[in-house]
This record gives sequence, structure tokens and C-alpha cells, in this order.
Amino acid sequence: MEYTEALENYTRKIADAAVEDMVLNMGPQHPSTHGVLRLELITDGEIVKEVIPHIGYLHRCFEKHAESLTYQQTIPFTDRMDYLASMNNSHAFVMGVERMMGIDKDIPKRVEYIRVLVCELNRIASHLIAIGTYGIDIGAFTPFLWCFRDREHIMGMLEWASGSRMLYNYIWVGGLFYDLPVGFEERCREFIEYFKPKMVELNQLLTDNQVFISRTANVGVLPLDVAINYGCSGPMLRGSGLKWDLRRIDGYSVYPELEFDIPVGTGLMGSVGDCWDRYKVRVDEIEQSLLMIEQCLNRLQNELKRTADFDPRAKLPRKITPKAQDYYVRCEGAKGELGFYFMADGRSEIPTRVRARGPSFNNLSVLPELAKGVMIADLIAIVGSIDFVLGEVDR
Amino acid sequence: MSFEEIKSLLANKFGAEVIAGEETGGLQSALLILPDLIAQVCLELRDNPSTYFDFLSCITAVDYGVEANRFGVVYHLASIPYKTQLTLKISRENNRDEADLPSFPSITSVYRAADWHEREQFDMLGIFFEGHPDLRRLLLPDDWEGYPLRKDYTTVDKYYKGIQID
Repeated sequence: MEYTEALENYTRKIADAAVEDMVLNMGPQHPSTHGVLRLELITDGEIVKEVIPHIGYLHRCFEKHAESLTYQQTIPFTDRMDYLASMNNSHAFVMGVERMMGIDKDIPKRVEYIRVLVCELNRIASHLIAIGTYGIDIGAFTPFLWCFRDREHIMGMLEWASGSRMLYNYIWVGGLFYDLPVGFEERCREFIEYFKPKMVELNQLLTDNQVFISRTANVGVLPLDVAINYGCSGPMLRGSGLKWDLRRIDGYSVYPELEFDIPVGTGLMGSVGDCWDRYKVRVDEIEQSLLMIEQCLNRLQNELKRTADFDPRAKLPRKITPKAQDYYVRCEGAKGELGFYFMADGRSEIPTRVRARGPSFNNLSVLPELAKGVMIADLIAIVGSIDFVLGEVDR
Repeated sequence: MSFEEIKSLLANKFGAEVIAGEETGGLQSALLILPDLIAQVCLELRDNPSTYFDFLSCITAVDYGVEANRFGVVYHLASIPYKTQLTLKISRENNRDEADLPSFPSITSVYRAADWHEREQFDMLGIFFEGHPDLRRLLLPDDWEGYPLRKDYTTVDKYYKGIQID
């Protein structure tokens, strides 16, 4: 049968490999796979000949759910895709719906700045996890604890704003759940003052650590053309040396009004596109996010100050029925290009088809290419440097 | 390069019949392409110096409803040098018989990113991509029956491998 041919080929390949080489299962419960990912390795001694990823252990039918719920009801489901950067997910989803409704220009400036503020806070939290867990993959335990300690401050602040620690449902179509709580801006400034020296410490401990550099430099080199062809994006693509950031390219929300740099991999410790470069891009992005947060706070405390009559729900549409059309929205999530594709029929409040393009999904698909012929210990370093979240890979 | 210019570029290269139509009503325009030529069209758009659509953002398969008996695939391309985006669509009629899946050419030879995207769409909607190197189910188990994102998919079974479903 034509449709099952690939499955038979795969079964035969594994059976043959079990005789000649060794088949090794990494995951789905291995801690260094960052979730429920199963990698089937065909190994020759310590050398990995081939990697076959098996995903889907965390599949929660996002697209099927979205086909039976209204746009507003789907927002909590987007939070659960990349659960380490929920704000970025709902921001992308909401932006797409607002553009289809034609209300994206009517959103108050204060709302837009709050959105960017919480998104960048969430991006820092996501990168902190990436850095901390990458350290623990390589065998450095302390950075993990330091990163989680600092991330906890961000979690606390976002909980204060939205009422939830990780899955916020804070950004709504046309506005926000609530305005920022009184005193949030001051607390946020305190955090930045606290956090800046902590990043210096972290760099001393991990980034410039010779053991860490030896484990990551010149390992898992991803050439730029391969990265583009595999649809890699975010720190993965920038680590290979391309200045490609949708916050700049598309200039959505209020990002054109903010000043920030786009860090790229330079091959400082090894060659361009190695694991250390990808790691370093994330470290540098944290600093850029801090700059953006300060600029947002400056606006939010001066010309866009909180007023008694300001209602972030004022522009909320009563009924969300976009015109009949298709729309693909993309934005820069914490892991890369996050896209949502909507098909609206113009009559119903429920979309006929929703497709989510998770950046981790494409970033992970390059793994079999990267891992060909590496040592098993290096495979752990490569997997960690991709920084995927299985919630987004499986959706 | 504008939408009209891309259209004439493709018509010059492959003949006017390659463009089956267009959708220009919404915010993003889409080109409807003859299904058999999609891989050649993608290769041309990727390699032509005036377009350079080198980045495949997304592949979406669509079930156009039980009455329409039509399945389609939507491709979202992006060009990194020109910072542009393009939507291509192909579609074909099919009688929803699971022994005769709707079949389209695979574009994995042009974009390696299409590998997992096409596997996922095969898994979820039962679209067969001819020439795909390894078209197995991606998210669901290999022995799953049916295609869950089809509009006529129902879970009538009370049992999955002897386990009761509440």
C-alpha cells in the first residue's frame, strides 16, 4: 500500500540497525530533552549515525479546539503552546485577529506599550530558562538555580498583573484583561536595577567559563543556508549570523518606536553558528530586552501615565466576526517566527481553520541534520542549544 | 516584486495556465496554482534573483467542508533579501474515501522545512504528498485511524485498544 510504505521502510531500518549498530532511545523522559521528546539514535559506538525524533507526546489538539471556539475563547489555548513565553503567543494571536477586524490602528498607545512591556519581560524569563537548563545539560548546576531565582521575580510581577503565574490570558482582542496594578512600574524598575549586575555575574560564571566554551564552541555548527532552508528562526537563525528579527522587519506594535540592537552570532569562540553562538545570542537578547523595558517604562510613567478614566477594555469588540478572508500573521516570539493562519468565512464567530506555526517545530526539525556523526555527549549540547518547548512543537 | 509582477513572471515561465486564479479580497493576496506544478513554481520563486522566496514559513492543509469535497494546501513563503511575503494555494476535488487520499506533489526537494510540515498535514488531514522521502504520521501514533482535522471526523469509538474512553 502506497500510504504505509514509509512506515514499513522505517520499521525495516530500525530492525536492520538493531543487528548491525545499536539503537538507543533518548527520552521521552530524559531530563535533557526538555520535555517529552523521544530521540531514537542509531549509534556506532559513541558516534551518532542518525537521529530520528519522535514528537507528539504533548499534542493537545490546538487546531481542532480553535475550530470549535470563538477567537476570544482560543486565547487561553495559545498560552499553552509555548508555555514559557505565553504573553508572546497571545500577542501574536491577538494581533492577527485585530488586523482581520481592522481595529489594529485604534488600540490605545498605553495598551500597546503594556503589551510590549509584558512580552519583553516574558522573553527574558524564557531566555533565562534556556540559559539555565543549557548549563545543567552541560553539567553546570549553579547557573540553573540563579536563573530560576531571577525568573521568579518576573513570574511574580506577571502574576501581580494578570493573576496567573505562567498562563496569563492577559492580552485580549482590542485591549487587555486589566490595566497594570498601581506600583507595577516602580517594582519593574527595581527589578531591572537588581537584575543587571546578576547578568554580569552569570556571564562570569557561565558565558566565559572555559569548560563551558570547550563543550559548546565548534559543536553543532549550523550553516546559514541550511538554517534558512529548514525554516529556522529566532536565536537559531541569528546565531548563524543573519540579522533577521521580525520586530524590526515587520515593525509591528510599537517596536518601531523603540531602540534596540539585533545580536547575531559572530563565531567569537569557535565558528559562526555553533552552540556557543546560539547561547550568546540569547544572553545578548536579554540585555536588549532590558533596554526595551526601560524605554517602555519611561513612556508609561510620563506621557502615557495611568489615568482614572483609562479602561483597557474600552475597545473590546462585542462580537468578533472578521470579514471573509485568509490571514497569516507572524511575529517574533521568544523562540523565533511565531505564526498564526486564520481562515474566516465572514458569517461565524468561529474560524473555519486555524493553523499555528511554532518556531520550535521548525527549529527542532533541523536536529537530524545537525546531529549526523557527532558524539552522544555533543548531542546533548546540540539539543540544549536549540531551546525548544515541546508544548509548541506538538501544540 | 509586486503581486502582479510575480504573476506575470510565472505565466511567462510556465505558461498562463499555471495560474488557476487569485484571491485579492482580503489583507493578503493569494495565487492559486495548478497543483501539478507547485514544486517547479516554488523552485523558480526560490532561485529567481528577482523574487528569492527562500524561506518557507508554513504549510497548511485545508478541508473545504463536507459538501465541497475539496482539499487544498496553502503555502506561505517569505523572502529574506526582499522582506516580502507570498501565499500560494493549490486545491483538488476528492471523494473523502480513505483509500484514495487527495494527492499533491511534495516540495521537500525545494524547502527542507516542508518535511515535517507535510508529515503533519498528512497526519491531520490525510493529504498524500507524492515524492516525500518519509511520509509517516508525525504527531499521532503510527496506528491511529482516521484524520482528525477533517470536517467529517467523529470519535464514535468507545474504546481505544481496549481502554475505555470517557
